[in-house]
Amino acid sequence: MKKGTMEIQEKLIQGNRACAEGAIAAGCRFFAGYPITPSTEIAEILAAELPKVGGKFIQMEDEIASLAAVIGASVAGVKSMTATSGPGFSLMQEHIGYAYMAEVPCVIINVQRGGPSTGLPTKVAQADTMQARWGTHGDYFAIAVAPSSVAECFDFTIRAFNLAEKYRTPVIVLADEVVGHMREKIALPDPDEIRITNRIKPTVPPEWYQHFEINPHFVSPMASFGEGYRFNVTGLMHDPFGFPTEKSEEIKQKLDKLKNKIMHNLNDIIQVRQEFMEDATIAVFAYGIVARAAREAVRMAREKRIKAGLIQPLTIWPFPDAYLEHILEQLDLMVVAELNQGQLIGEVMRVNRGKTRVRGLNRYDSELITPDQIFEKIREEK
Amino acid sequence: MPIFSEVTHKYLRTKKKFPNVWCAGCGIGTVMGAIIRAIDNLKLSRDEVVMISGIGCSSRMPVYVDFNTLHTTHGRPLGYATGVKLAKPSLKVIVITGDGDALAIGGNHFIHSCRRNIDITTILINNSTYGMTGGQVAPTTPFMKIGTTAPYGNRERGFDIAKLAIAAGAPFVARGTVYHMVQLQKLVEQAILKKGFSLVEVISQCHTLYGRLNKEGGAVEMMKWQRDHAIPISAAGKVPPEKLRDKFLTGVLWDIDFPEYCEEYDKVIAQAQNPEGQG
Repeated sequence: MKKGTMEIQEKLIQGNRACAEGAIAAGCRFFAGYPITPSTEIAEILAAELPKVGGKFIQMEDEIASLAAVIGASVAGVKSMTATSGPGFSLMQEHIGYAYMAEVPCVIINVQRGGPSTGLPTKVAQADTMQARWGTHGDYFAIAVAPSSVAECFDFTIRAFNLAEKYRTPVIVLADEVVGHMREKIALPDPDEIRITNRIKPTVPPEWYQHFEINPHFVSPMASFGEGYRFNVTGLMHDPFGFPTEKSEEIKQKLDKLKNKIMHNLNDIIQVRQEFMEDATIAVFAYGIVARAAREAVRMAREKRIKAGLIQPLTIWPFPDAYLEHILEQLDLMVVAELNQGQLIGEVMRVNRGKTRVRGLNRYDSELITPDQIFEKIREEK
Repeated sequence: MPIFSEVTHKYLRTKKKFPNVWCAGCGIGTVMGAIIRAIDNLKLSRDEVVMISGIGCSSRMPVYVDFNTLHTTHGRPLGYATGVKLAKPSLKVIVITGDGDALAIGGNHFIHSCRRNIDITTILINNSTYGMTGGQVAPTTPFMKIGTTAPYGNRERGFDIAKLAIAAGAPFVARGTVYHMVQLQKLVEQAILKKGFSLVEVISQCHTLYGRLNKEGGAVEMMKWQRDHAIPISAAGKVPPEKLRDKFLTGVLWDIDFPEYCEEYDKVIAQAQNPEGQG
């Protein structure tokens, strides 16, 4: 490795550590959480690392209070996050909803394990896929990103913070037990090379300030507590000032705003990785750790002259409707491989509307889907 | 009382947010006045004051006052307050909560906030019922009192809030009433000045629901009850025990010193940044 300022640091680390280091690189300076397998390492690492950079860590009494503290810290102007797994993710839904409604940037990492309920604390699953979209009550539009490697745990945690800050919304990192616990060598970028987005601050004087201003970008500038703006924040339906409202036109305006800030920026938010798709007539659709088995299966298929390709959504929510609508036209078969009884396949079928054959490959016995299984499925169905 | 309202009005969001949701005769407005006058008397900048509440009648208070205000979820304002205070310790964080908010759905957060000892001032307005939802039995409703969900009389005991807070580790615990509004302002001032978690329980009246269901009269009768049943802690020793039985103590009930969390965390940061350092 060359010496000098551009030296790239290589490290053999765990996915959960990469999430923690990505958070610090993104500017996160507050973590509140509650111990839960298989995400606990993120809390442990940040308990040690955050104070070194002047940040703060607190272990709360439960996951409900954890996300409450995270939102409070963000409203006070500090980039904040928590990390959890299934049961804790369920408890956090109340405050994920609050963060949508109050438009508070924050990051929630869900290192998925098997469920329902206490389920399988140390085993892998992707069964919170739909919960990441529809977990809390009411109408809202979610952003969730899904890493499939240790390097992506680092990169996607940074991306989650950038999206949260840019769109004033909670962002979910949908990892899983294998990605969180496996160790890989990653090249940590030079801190100066990392692109960081910060929330837009108001430029108007306090008397003009509206914490939920309606503007053409749908994202309102965000002052912090203690900066002289003295705004109100509430989980009640509110007007642009943040005061409770029951006026139908203000209610619609607010819910449209929550929708539009996501749906008008899909090109910025959605990322899909595709491999061998140029001439593919068969595609495997898989996210997270399953995408890695799918990549190997596609290589195996190509060796047998089967025109297979991989579609890996890096952003799960919002779902890549437009991309799929286009690509499904060229396919004879789409295999949706996931570690659950069939969640994302419903989304694929919703977009498909009969364009091609969609088949599910589901594993929910706590073991990973293997490349052989996916390859066999391709051979069987083609 | 023109002098009282003169001070209070300076801090109200009068242009946008009135009339308020409270019933005429409700005690919460009086508590709001006492808090505002305490803040004014302590000469705190309204930019540095953060008022955080949960859900319920009392938790509507932040909407009406010209501070940094955060109206959160049911039972959880102390969780939010923990994040705000830790993120920006220079802010003066005041939590407004009710008995149902703090002790039923928020009971876990309440005891852990007492134990953790972050510099947060909590004003717990206790009206012995759920007012916002229509008079249901609360964790403070006394034995055999009526609530809409206890039509045959409450068979549970109510919490002794002060004892709970003291046992959970709160370093400062006081109790006042809506009737004793001048004393209440002083208690709030002491609580704000206290370094660490401070609790002021305020005995209030909900005459529209609790008072009506339990035939305790209107707001005036219920405030007279407060007057007749409050014993200042300074006088408690002089009152024979049998006369204390149906009374409650008011004033500063508990005041000890314990390391405050934000200050302790500054030491954590110093230690993490300089592990070889002295001290």
